[in-house]
Amino acid sequence: MSEGKKALLVMGCPEVPVQMSMVIYLTHKLKKSGWDVTVAGTDAAVKLLKAADPESYYVQNTVDLDELIASVVEKKVDYDVCFAFMHSDAGMTYGATFSAISRARLFAVVFGKNAEALAESIDYPAEKIVAKATHNPNPLKNKIDKVAL
Amino acid sequence: MSCVEQMKYKLYLERTSFKDARDYIKKNSEEVYEVDPGYKIFKDYYIIGVPPVLMGVRGKEMLFTYVKPCHGTFVMGIDSDEEIARLRENEKAKIKKSLKSGGPKAQADSGTAPASFAEMYKK
Repeated sequence: MSEGKKALLVMGCPEVPVQMSMVIYLTHKLKKSGWDVTVAGTDAAVKLLKAADPESYYVQNTVDLDELIASVVEKKVDYDVCFAFMHSDAGMTYGATFSAISRARLFAVVFGKNAEALAESIDYPAEKIVAKATHNPNPLKNKIDKVAL
Repeated sequence: MSCVEQMKYKLYLERTSFKDARDYIKKNSEEVYEVDPGYKIFKDYYIIGVPPVLMGVRGKEMLFTYVKPCHGTFVMGIDSDEEIARLRENEKAKIKKSLKSGGPKAQADSGTAPASFAEMYKK
């Protein structure tokens, strides 16, 4: 069903541990369902990802976040779904940008200590996956598992 | 690293929320323009933001928001006659487009505008 469809995972600042765990988990899950997955992030976030997955077993495609935004704005690339990970105002702002520039179905994956308040501040079109998770990934994983694509 | 970080800039707000940065631009600019997220400035910076994304002009300086995932939002100021002119042109084009596609002028002009006063009185 999802064969050939393109999914984008946008990492926010990597300081909250559950993010990296969930990015690897979700990439694996989507790939098993036939999605072509790309993970975008800052230089630091991509380095963390590559260090955790040195042979690219889970994540094959990574891209610099700013370069990706340029490519989407210039209409060189776009995706069918986008999962924007966020635990801060800046992450929420990046989510808003993807909502505006991409035609992808957008999921705002909101986590961290202030997940609920941050989720309430999202007033752009996005389906929200919200869990007050920082170290324990299970609350967020359980919500992600309920997403139907 | 974006090109704006290599330019001569001033920082007016640092590590703040996008909303506070937007409010600063609104209150501290002589002219305020609304742009879409992804609006390109200088060589390669695409504005990140929650609509309405505001850009300001104060003298020769252009004020705009700069967002970094791990550091929050900054309000930056860079002197640039070229970018300010482009911003004004962009605004003019938007107004022109809105007038063509159903703005107040287009509605006033649409369809049955009388050709003369005589025709108008007939109605």
